[in-house]
Amino acid sequence: MGRPHGERVTLSQNEKLTIDELVENFELFDDWEDRYRYIIDLGKKLPNLAEEEKTEANKIRGCMSQVWIIPEVHEGPPKTLSFRIDSDAHIVRGLAAVMLILFSGKTPEEILAIDADAKLKELDLDSHISPNRRNGVASMIQTIQNMAKISA
Amino acid sequence: MTKDEVVYDVDAYRADFPVFSKDIRGKPVIYLDSGASAQKPQAVLDRMMAVYAGEYANVHRGAYWLSERSTTLYEEARETVRAFINAEKAEEVVFTMGATDAINLVAMTFGRGLLTAGDEVIITELEHHSNIVPWQMLRDDKGIVLKFAPITDAGELDMPAFDGLLTDKTKLVAMAHTSNVLGTILPVETVIEKAHAVGARVLLDGCQGIVHCPVDVQALDVDFYVFSSHKLYGPTGVGVLYAKYALLDAMPPFRGGGDMIASVTKEKSEWADPPAKFEAGTPPIVQAVGLGAAINYVTAIGMEAIAAHEHDLLLYATQRMASVPGLTIHGTATNKAAVISFTMESAHPHDMATILDRAGVCIRVGHHCAQPLMERLGVSATARASFGLYNTRADVDAFVKALEKVHAFFG
Repeated sequence: MGRPHGERVTLSQNEKLTIDELVENFELFDDWEDRYRYIIDLGKKLPNLAEEEKTEANKIRGCMSQVWIIPEVHEGPPKTLSFRIDSDAHIVRGLAAVMLILFSGKTPEEILAIDADAKLKELDLDSHISPNRRNGVASMIQTIQNMAKISA
Repeated sequence: MTKDEVVYDVDAYRADFPVFSKDIRGKPVIYLDSGASAQKPQAVLDRMMAVYAGEYANVHRGAYWLSERSTTLYEEARETVRAFINAEKAEEVVFTMGATDAINLVAMTFGRGLLTAGDEVIITELEHHSNIVPWQMLRDDKGIVLKFAPITDAGELDMPAFDGLLTDKTKLVAMAHTSNVLGTILPVETVIEKAHAVGARVLLDGCQGIVHCPVDVQALDVDFYVFSSHKLYGPTGVGVLYAKYALLDAMPPFRGGGDMIASVTKEKSEWADPPAKFEAGTPPIVQAVGLGAAINYVTAIGMEAIAAHEHDLLLYATQRMASVPGLTIHGTATNKAAVISFTMESAHPHDMATILDRAGVCIRVGHHCAQPLMERLGVSATARASFGLYNTRADVDAFVKALEKVHAFFG
């Protein structure tokens, strides 16, 4: 069953969507176009980083597009990590939004326990995590889990 | 039809490439990334398989039929390359691991052996990293001076600026024959003439040049010409360095090992004559034979005919792409090969490639190993469509339709 994007499945900036809800929403889409449109919409709702935050230090290397990621530690308890991510490519921003749904606001232990590859497979987005796509998804996962390791 | 009129039977040529009989995600392959690497015709695959299956042994070593046979095939491939680029003799053709390897060979031998501190090497702003980094390494190692000749907004060599850089200290001009990003065909005849007038040698990076037009190294009077096999419909793992024999003779060897020596004692070694001097170790034997088969394949079609066909595709694609809203083509040189770099207002090149991939269209996106050029163009990345002998106007139509979809997605 196809349907126009934007209907029923919406994500406001404040709405907390879990990865399982995302997987459920994805199952409603018939084709890749709807899936990509949804991903792109997720990206559009992502807050932008300020220009001065888009530094070399915050940049993930080795991507076809530019990706910046900034972690924030919330001491808690429990101690949690959140992330802000930005990219100059629409689809990568959308994939960054999926990363946030997966990882942001969780404890370092939880972040390290997440099997991101398996979740992306459920979303049929696993082709994006192959390192040779160089779109930054694999690097985003690695960077986020490394940050969790340091904070753990 | 007059007898001079050649029918370019693109459908027949396309059928020679097994990849085009396959579907990817249920869609035919629209391959517009020959500039990164070309697809291989069945003739090349068959030839390589036949060598491995019954004509294979190491070369220049055995005193038995198989080794003599593989040596003959390897040396025949050298002769095929010689004839293809019209070198004076086969000894001027050195098989390398690729074009990058060939440029590094020149930097490490001609550069290290024959240049001294203060000597100047001129390259251009549009070079591939493989024609930048080896010279930077040489600069840092030997204290040579490396200069970048600027390009114009159209993507052409800024000739007055180039003239200004050329001095009697210039010992080498190393530049692309054709830009891998912009498609610009550089005015190499003029550059060679001017460089020779001040006593400088010229190296042409022919990776994109050799595939799009006939090349005659003697007519060009070029000193070094390098290209890879895999962009010329041949296998990966082999490339060619052409150099004038006197230069090869004067240059010190590159790598030490078997096959590059005349004699070895505990005290010292004597070098073999070129080209063996530069082919240490077991060479890419079957790949070289495969390259020979690829050259025979394109020669049978005719490089002039391929160039004319690709030029038609370039004009057709350029005209069709103009109708896509917000699309900018980078590189508008008058003399241009079938390589088109572009950006879109609404979408990042990565977004474009993702949507195009779904439509079965293969393009390259990124900095194309030419970051200084990206800086000159003021972009972080571009998308690039590059055409080969097997592409059709229908490919262009599918490509433009996919670009319109990109616009609908992101515009």
